[in-house]
Amino acid sequence: MLSFVLRRFLSAIPTVFLIVTISFFLIRVAPGGPFDLEQPLEARVMENLRRIYQLDRPLIEQYGLYLAALLRGDFGPSFYFRDFTIAELFARGLPVSMTLGALALGLALITGGALGTVAAFRQNSTIDYAVTGLGAFGLTIPNFVVAPVLQIVFGLMLAWLPVGGWGSPSSLVLPVVTLALPQVAVIARMTRASMIEALRSNHIRTLRSLGLPTSIIARHALRAAALPVVSYLGPAAAALLTGSVVVETIFGLPGVGRYFVEGALNRDYTLVMGTVVLVAVFVLLFNLLVDIAYALIDPRVRHD
Amino acid sequence: MTEAAVLPIAATVSGRSLWADARRRLMRNKAAVASLAVLASITLACLFGPLATGHPYDRVYQDYVRAPSSLAAHPRDDRVVPAAERIAARVRARAEAARIEGDLLRLILTAQRPIDERNLAFFDRSDLFGPARVVERSEEGRRLAIEVPIERRHFLFGTDANGRDLLTRTLVAGRVSLAIGLLATAVAIVIGVLYGAVAGYLGGRTDLLLMRFVDILYSLPFIFFVIMLVVFFGRNFVLMFLAVGAVEWLDMARIVRGQTLSIKRQEYVQAAEALGVPTAGIIRRHVIPNTLGPVVVYMTLLVPKVILLESFLSFLGLGVQEPMTSWGVLISEGARSIQGAAYMLIFPSFFLVATLFALNFIGDGLRDALDPKDR
Repeated sequence: MLSFVLRRFLSAIPTVFLIVTISFFLIRVAPGGPFDLEQPLEARVMENLRRIYQLDRPLIEQYGLYLAALLRGDFGPSFYFRDFTIAELFARGLPVSMTLGALALGLALITGGALGTVAAFRQNSTIDYAVTGLGAFGLTIPNFVVAPVLQIVFGLMLAWLPVGGWGSPSSLVLPVVTLALPQVAVIARMTRASMIEALRSNHIRTLRSLGLPTSIIARHALRAAALPVVSYLGPAAAALLTGSVVVETIFGLPGVGRYFVEGALNRDYTLVMGTVVLVAVFVLLFNLLVDIAYALIDPRVRHD
Repeated sequence: MTEAAVLPIAATVSGRSLWADARRRLMRNKAAVASLAVLASITLACLFGPLATGHPYDRVYQDYVRAPSSLAAHPRDDRVVPAAERIAARVRARAEAARIEGDLLRLILTAQRPIDERNLAFFDRSDLFGPARVVERSEEGRRLAIEVPIERRHFLFGTDANGRDLLTRTLVAGRVSLAIGLLATAVAIVIGVLYGAVAGYLGGRTDLLLMRFVDILYSLPFIFFVIMLVVFFGRNFVLMFLAVGAVEWLDMARIVRGQTLSIKRQEYVQAAEALGVPTAGIIRRHVIPNTLGPVVVYMTLLVPKVILLESFLSFLGLGVQEPMTSWGVLISEGARSIQGAAYMLIFPSFFLVATLFALNFIGDGLRDALDPKDR
């Protein structure tokens, strides 16, 4: 197992390298630059700025400098958020986004898994149709519709929860629910489909014939049914933990999600690269975790 | 698929092709049929509805900003007289004895000095009234009896923050959103199917290289990718959809590659290879047509995904530009003014959600109908 993990880490290095290279040159060939304001800066000022940020060097040299800095763990200073380094921005935003994402993921896993299991046990019943309908609902309603509706209903009409902000635990409820809703739908759907298949398999039939209680049957079936859900969870966790622009904008949360948009729009080269590296690392890390989880759940899978 | 061999002895028994079979089973799926009907009516409404609403989608009614949705005609009777009095003030006269008779407002204007009748055009310029007609002049033009027709307008869905008819805008937005969905999906399918089929059929090193590229694109942050494309192509309507399609082909390529891997082991492909059919011919004639089942299913699920993506971009302000509009734009405008004018969120959301629901049900129905295990 250890050698498997090590090998995966080693094979991830060229992937990250390629991703960094592609996005570095992609953002650099994009028209416009970080200091293009509505009123153009004076030529001298521009020249100085470009020299300070080393933008006057040849592109390939800048690329080398960036790679060297990245290897030292230095993401560089932000071009747009003056006086901040990318590391500082992430150190502030990432805990917020990760808290939200982890809570949403947990909520989605528990409710989605439970709903899917119940629906699979009672296939073609009212509960099943309700879960399927809810799944379609959660998948089709965009989160920028869900969020304001939740704000209005629970924040303003009922006045149970704050409409936004960051700080108290109660202010987390609405954004977490908004984030979790589409994931609940997907997980419920996947759990239902794979549970139905698992419940038809031979070993479950044997358990049933032994007259075991439903809870034990469900536990055994869940183990087999969890595999597709687990493989979905890898990319989903990476996406959730790195923040959501929409949810963070609507609820006024200081997460990292908005940096994805602001970085690219303002040509904040270092910020863009930071977000790219962040997502790539999360995706690779969670895919690795998924593979390990696979081996733990399914004894037939071996990583030697 | 369609040219399945029909044995001459069984001339009376017509064979059922996969597609005929699938169509029959789709038609038995009530949710899918209902969804098809919903989708068809929404599409027709969006195509032809804007012609019938009586409002151009970009016409601004300054006097009806954020008029709430209602079945009754505007203006309300209690708004007519105050509006007329305001206009009379601009004509430098006082309105007296205002009476509403059906669609006609009778009014007497009095002033200290003779009234300049050219100023009566102010009535016509308002959204409430038509051109005023002078019935009677007296006191050397200081007293005018006039008749002003009241222009009754219907805003079934209300008007937006600029005073534009929301029904027309919702329908026009539907054209844009549906067109985006179809165009981007078409691009995604063309790229994805070709890429996946080539990678899967050629196999070996080519496959490894091509799919590694897909993996790398997968690990790039999606938003970054989309925004980069928007930045490159500017805010061009058509190019942006092509760009969105160019992002969404990755899943399609994987699905088609998986299908191709099993198809290329089939006897008919080996027969074609043995007969010396060129590779491009085999891919075009044998591989791609046989991958279409899953592709069609994925397509119906991709269209809603693209529509959602477009609304997400519009929410960020990167999507369709004014005065053109899409459901995403309308919804984000509605979300901003939800407190005073909830109808601005409700109507476009209803259309978007109904369309997405319908497409999802059709996709599910197609998947069940095309699933050979499920007969």
